Amino acid sequence: METSGWNWEPGDRLVADIGAIKDKYEWVEEPYASPDGETIAAVANSEGEFTACVNDEAWENTFERVWNLGFGPDGRLTACASDMGEWKFVVDGEPWEESFGYVWDTHFSADGSVIAAAIQNDGTYGMAVDGTPWENLFENATAFALSVDGAHSAAAIQAKELGQADIKRYQEGLYTVAVDGTPWETLFTNVFGVTLSPDGSRAAAEVRTNLYDFTVAVDGTPWSARFQGVWKPLFDPRDGSVVAPVRQGGKWSLARDGHLIWSQYGQCWHAAFSADGARLAAIVSPQFGRWTVAVDDKPWGLTFGEMVTDLTLSADGARAAALGKDGGKWAVMVDGKAWAGRYDMAWAPVFSPDGAHVAAKVEKGGKYTVAVDGKEFAHAGEACFDPAFSPDGSLVLVKMIENGKYHRRVVPVADFK
Amino acid sequence: MADIAENTQAATDAMSYIERVAAKSAQDKADGKYAQFASIKDVGVDDGVARLTPERIEKTINQVLRGECGARMRAYVQTCVHCGLCSDACHHYLSNDKDPKYSPVGKVKRTIWKMLEKQGKLTPAECREAVVVSQTECNLCRRCQQFCPFGIDVAYMIQTVRRICHKLGITPQYIQDTCHSHASTLNQMWVKDDEWVDTLQWQEDEARDEIPNIRIPVGKVGADFMYSVIAPEPKFRTHLIYQAAVIFDQAGCDWTMPATPGWDNSDMAMFTGDFETMGRIKKAHYEAAQKLRVKKIVMGECGHAFRSVYDVGNRWLGWKMPPVPMVHSIEFFYELVKAGRIRPRELFPERVTFHDPCNTVRGRGLHEMGRYVANAFTQGVVEMAPNKVFNICCNAGGGVINCGPPWKTKRVLSNRYKAEQLARMKDQGINTIISPCHNCHGGLEDIIHYYGLEMHLMFLGDLLFKYMEKPGAVE
Repeated sequence: METSGWNWEPGDRLVADIGAIKDKYEWVEEPYASPDGETIAAVANSEGEFTACVNDEAWENTFERVWNLGFGPDGRLTACASDMGEWKFVVDGEPWEESFGYVWDTHFSADGSVIAAAIQNDGTYGMAVDGTPWENLFENATAFALSVDGAHSAAAIQAKELGQADIKRYQEGLYTVAVDGTPWETLFTNVFGVTLSPDGSRAAAEVRTNLYDFTVAVDGTPWSARFQGVWKPLFDPRDGSVVAPVRQGGKWSLARDGHLIWSQYGQCWHAAFSADGARLAAIVSPQFGRWTVAVDDKPWGLTFGEMVTDLTLSADGARAAALGKDGGKWAVMVDGKAWAGRYDMAWAPVFSPDGAHVAAKVEKGGKYTVAVDGKEFAHAGEACFDPAFSPDGSLVLVKMIENGKYHRRVVPVADFK
Repeated sequence: MADIAENTQAATDAMSYIERVAAKSAQDKADGKYAQFASIKDVGVDDGVARLTPERIEKTINQVLRGECGARMRAYVQTCVHCGLCSDACHHYLSNDKDPKYSPVGKVKRTIWKMLEKQGKLTPAECREAVVVSQTECNLCRRCQQFCPFGIDVAYMIQTVRRICHKLGITPQYIQDTCHSHASTLNQMWVKDDEWVDTLQWQEDEARDEIPNIRIPVGKVGADFMYSVIAPEPKFRTHLIYQAAVIFDQAGCDWTMPATPGWDNSDMAMFTGDFETMGRIKKAHYEAAQKLRVKKIVMGECGHAFRSVYDVGNRWLGWKMPPVPMVHSIEFFYELVKAGRIRPRELFPERVTFHDPCNTVRGRGLHEMGRYVANAFTQGVVEMAPNKVFNICCNAGGGVINCGPPWKTKRVLSNRYKAEQLARMKDQGINTIISPCHNCHGGLEDIIHYYGLEMHLMFLGDLLFKYMEKPGAVE
């Protein structure tokens, strides 16, 4: 996310009085802060009509219902809204020209310049990108994806009709992937997760070729190898090869282009490449009921019993972080070591651009704050949002609602003590 | 005098309800209905069996037995001393005039025992028997395990037979179709992604007529709990979502439902042995909860889904315990009532009885909590016998009802024993059964209707919704 244009002047600024905003409406729902922290927004009920209040201003347009509110990386605020029985996708208060039978599941390109959403029109399914629906819509569509650059969109689609309880036709294969609305020619028994390559030119999907065999299909062609299971694939940014967690002999590993490349684990999922593709990490279970992260097939010694989630790699791939839970308390792990703090909840770790620091939103005793490198911010509030680092990594943007007021704070890393 | 005499109703020879069940059963036998079990056709089973080859049968059976569970299975078979104590624990056995082939050990002998003994060399006809036994003559209710001196887990053995039948491609049509839905949509009723959220919003609109400020918060990150349901709720029991929303709202709960797949906690794939699909849908369920950063999952009133979420699906994935704490609605309602967060406005005007879902009592011992809630909102619970952890299954559970119309008559007749139990309650003047499980409702409704028991069923949520104080409601 491009952050150089944000205000990085250290200090504390009161952006909005949430209590005062709430007084203006029948009710105000849960708030969302923009990535740069300059704006806080929520769905608001204004005399029975719904809108979004943005800081202390409401969108000019009101609707019968507004939901799925969220900010894109470039700070545009989007929502799904219904009006007169039709659904609209709204960007900064203005609906896309086209209405839909239903619209949901927003996707942004990495820079936020392209916005896509899942759509349904007259019982047919697909995506709309910046307001333009796919030319072809299908019986059903799931697992929607947008490429990093926003140039291509894709989904798992049901290509043929299916009668009630027609198990024979189902097992002949009805599903494939559509890229920009154009389906692959090969049909599969199932298509699950869909991934687009970083440049969007290729697509890979986890597929089931019959009721028992799983593999990965790349641009419509399945790997020759078959497995007992597969999770969502990913493209190696270096050479475009495809890697996916696969199950063989009751154990999970990683395969590249159909060949096992890692040791076997009780479980292996949520694999991630570093930006340069040099490092490959995944969440693994080295023994039943224990979880950790493996980087380049080397599991960390630190394991957790309940869950490990939110694996994140630094931009240069040199470092990895994740969340682990034991005894109902969450820890933030960085490079195999846990911060001292234990939290009632934690959110995905965020690396500074140079990889030197890690921040995470955390919750303790009903209060939310940001911790950096294991040290918590001096304030905690009734709500807090994901932190961000300045481009040089020396400052942290802390967005927090404290005592009913929304503050945007730019805090030097050194101030987390 | 003559006019008055004419209005006097003649005394009738009224049958008790238990006598009605006996009479119906006698008629069924006379009509040969039990004998017709052997000729039931099912496209999934029959077409699948027709495709079998000796090589495929042997290879498939041995792959599962050697690769997934052979040692445990062999230990169970070798441990059994044929004492027969499991027999009287089984409602299929009791309802079929104690025919030994319906006893738990009889069902083991007809299936997995034979597979082990013949080292996988079964005939297609024997495979057909295996799938019919495992999918329609056992509910995996685990009652028999409690009576086995060695604690042999017959349900696990029959579950393994189902796994083998899945691998052989001979699973009954309707439950196979449900598994197809699970794999395609991650829910069991072919509910599409937009239909799910649209239904929640529809129910929110409906509920606002009663409670103007109510919300069904969809995708609210950081709520205290995620409420998950089974797909029949958005498909055709939408009022249950409405009712749950009202209960949570009036109790002051901070809750949410996911906007994404993973909202359905049900799992027929577990019951056909399609463990790969089971794992996929449980992963989606728990990851939906984790993505929402909730502290726990509260599940709607379903028994089998509870089993999948707390025991089977999570462990197949490698989670020893649920990665996100989860409670059944029984437990959650108990907490709300005990804490005074929901109170009765008035009591249900009659006494009721309580039917325990197998999975919530034998799986987690929630029977007293259920009774606490039912007692708080009614004139009192009158117990069936046996009950609680020794309850008699509804015969819908374990995926049996999901095998669909071809097997319905067999399912109903094979739980005459439950009908007799309910009839005894009816004869005591009990008209209402509280049961916190969808499948139990389906199974018991069929039995009640078939045997003319004139009883009606309620979920705990029905009871709370109808009789609780609702300070936020408009007149």
